[in-house]
Amino acid sequence: MTAILAAIRLALRAIVRSKLRSTLTVLGILIGVAAVVIVVALGTGVQAQVLGQISNLGANVIFIFPQSTQTSGVRSTDVNRLTEADGRALLAEATSIANVAPFSSTGAQVIAGDRNAVTQVMGVSRSYFPVRGFSVGKGQMFTESEELLKAKVVIIGETVREKLFGAGDPIGQYVRIGRYPYRVVGLLTSKGQSPFGEDQDDRVLMPIGSFRARVVPSPPGRVQQLIASATDERTVDRAVAQINAILRQRHGIEPDADPDFGIRTQAEFRKSSEEIVGTLTVLLSSIAAVSLLVGGIGVMNIMLVSVTERTREIGIRMAIGASAADIMTQFLVEAIVLSVIGGVFGLGIGAGVIKALGGALGWSLALPMPAVIAAMATSTVIGVVFGFFPARRAALMDPIVALRQE
Amino acid sequence: MKDAPPIIEFVEIHKDYVTEAVVVRALRGVNLTIRQGEFVAIIGQSGSGKSTMMNIIGCLDRPTRGKYILDGIDVGSRSNDARAIVRNHLIGFVFQGFNLLPRTTALENVELPLVYRGVGAAERRKRALASLNAVGLGARLHHTPNQLSGGQQQRVAIARALVTQPPLLLADEPTGNLDTRTSYEVLDLLQRLNREQGITIVLVTHERDIADCASRVVEMRDGSVRRDIVNERPTDAARALAELPVQDEHGAAS
Repeated sequence: MTAILAAIRLALRAIVRSKLRSTLTVLGILIGVAAVVIVVALGTGVQAQVLGQISNLGANVIFIFPQSTQTSGVRSTDVNRLTEADGRALLAEATSIANVAPFSSTGAQVIAGDRNAVTQVMGVSRSYFPVRGFSVGKGQMFTESEELLKAKVVIIGETVREKLFGAGDPIGQYVRIGRYPYRVVGLLTSKGQSPFGEDQDDRVLMPIGSFRARVVPSPPGRVQQLIASATDERTVDRAVAQINAILRQRHGIEPDADPDFGIRTQAEFRKSSEEIVGTLTVLLSSIAAVSLLVGGIGVMNIMLVSVTERTREIGIRMAIGASAADIMTQFLVEAIVLSVIGGVFGLGIGAGVIKALGGALGWSLALPMPAVIAAMATSTVIGVVFGFFPARRAALMDPIVALRQE
Repeated sequence: MKDAPPIIEFVEIHKDYVTEAVVVRALRGVNLTIRQGEFVAIIGQSGSGKSTMMNIIGCLDRPTRGKYILDGIDVGSRSNDARAIVRNHLIGFVFQGFNLLPRTTALENVELPLVYRGVGAAERRKRALASLNAVGLGARLHHTPNQLSGGQQQRVAIARALVTQPPLLLADEPTGNLDTRTSYEVLDLLQRLNREQGITIVLVTHERDIADCASRVVEMRDGSVRRDIVNERPTDAARALAELPVQDEHGAAS
C-alpha cells in the first residue's frame, strides 16, 4: 500500500516536472472521456425528452386510417371506407376505448383581412381535444349545435393567430378559407413542437361537418382518420384487438383477408424513436470512443519519449538496486496516473458541459452513473494498456547501456 | 589485512563482446582476490578492460566464463533481479558523472537506495541525514544537483552509496570531472571511510596520482592483470590537499 502511494507520488512529481507535455497528454484523454460522457448523457436526455413528448401527445392514442386492399392482384382504388359511424360503433362496443374522434385535414390558405397563412385545416369533433390533449385557451369550444349545423366556426392555433392577427385579439374575428368566411371562436393553448418536429400550433380546427361541406367536399360521415384513446396506457393492446375485430365485422372482411384499415399506436412511434435515438447514441459514442483511443495512443507516445529521455535515470535506479519490476511499476503507475487525471478532468468538464447544455436546451440532463464508472475504468485500462509497452521497454534496459547514455 | 576474509574473488574470469561477427575479448582469464578493508585502485588505459572489470564487480554485467564470488555469494550467473538485490545490499556506487537524479534534492537522492530496499519513510530520512552529515553536506539537504558544485555533487553520490552501509564501495573515475583540489577532498573522504569504517574501496581510474592514494594498485592491460602491487606508502590525500597552493574557498565546479 505504502509502496503504491510512493509510486503515485513519484509519478505525480515526474508529471509535474514536464508540465506542458503532461498537460497535452492529459488533454487527449480528457477530451475522449468528456466526449463519451457528454454523448451518452445527451443520448439519454434525448430519449427521455422524446418519451416525455410522446406521453404528452397522449401515450394511449390510437390512430385508425384507411389502407388500400388487394383482391386477386387488383389493388382497390376506392380505399377509404372509414366513417363517423365506425367511430360511434367503436365507442359503443369496445370496452377498452375511452373516446373516439373523427379527423380529416388538408393544407389550405387561410385569409384574414390583408394577411394570409398556409396551414393545416382540420375537421374534427369536440372529442378530438381530450383525445389529442388539446385545450381551448381563450374563447370557446364548438357547441353541439354548431357541430350539428355545420356552422362556419373555427378554433385556431397560436402560430396561425400570430400570422393572421399579429398582436390583435382573434376571438370574434373572421377568417376566409376558400370562398367562405368563418368566425374564430377559440384559440388553442400552445403545445409547441411534436417529437417529430411538427408545429402543433400551426392548425385551424373546425367541426368535421363544416369541413366536409365546404373545405374538402366528401360523402356524409366519411373521415380520413379515426383517433381513439384507450382507457389506459396498459389497455392499448387490448383496444387495438377490439378495434380490429369490430371494424373487420363492420366492413365485412373475411378473417384471413387483409383489412381495409390500418392501426398505429404511440407504442410503435415510441419504439421506432427509441431505436433511432439508440442507434445514434451508439454511433456517436463509438466516435467518442475512438477519440479516447487516440488519447491512449498519445499517452503511449509520451511515455515512450519519457522513457527514452530518462534512460540515464533508469540506469541510476537500476545500479542502486531497483529491480526490473520496480522500474516497470514506476512507469506503469505514471501512465495510469496521467490517464486517470485525464479521466477525472474529462468527467468534470463533461459534467459542466452537460449542465450548460441542459440549461440551454431546457432538458434535465444528468451525468449518467454507468458512463462515469465506464469512463474511469476505461481511463485506468488505457493507462495500463498503453503504459505497458513503454514501461516494459524501460524495465528491460541494460543498466550499463542506460548509465552510459548522456 | 592479509588475514581478512576475501570480499571479491575472480576465478578465471573471461568476458567476450560479440559485435557483428567480431569477438572482442575484453577480459582474458582474470584472477583477483580483494580482501575486506582493502583500498584497491584498478588502473589502466582505455581498452585495457578496467571498465568491464568494474561492471562485473558491480554486478551490472555477467562474465562470459569464470567464477565471481562476492562476499561469499556466487553472483556471476544470477538473474537480473537477484543481481539488483545484490547491488542494493552489498555495493555502493560512485560514478564519474555523479549520476544523481536531476531536479531531486540531495536528501531524496540519498534516500533512493533505501526506497528500493523497502525502508519506511521516517527511517529513510534519518539514515539519509546521517549519511549526508558524514560527508559534510548536512547544510545542503534540500539543494538539487544543479545547485551544488561538482565536489558537493560527488559527496552526495558518496552519501547515497554509503546509506545502505554496504561492505563494498565501487568508485568509477570518481574524480574524473573534478579539479585537483576537489579531487583530493573526495579522495580524503574515501581514505577516511576506509580507515575509520573499514569499508572496502575499489577505485577505477586512469590517473597515476589518484591511484597512488590506494594501498594496492592493480594494473590492467589487454584484458589481463599486468601488475598487482601493494603500495606501502599511499599518498595521504589530506596532506596532499594541505600542500596545494592556497586558492579561493571553493574549487571550480565542473
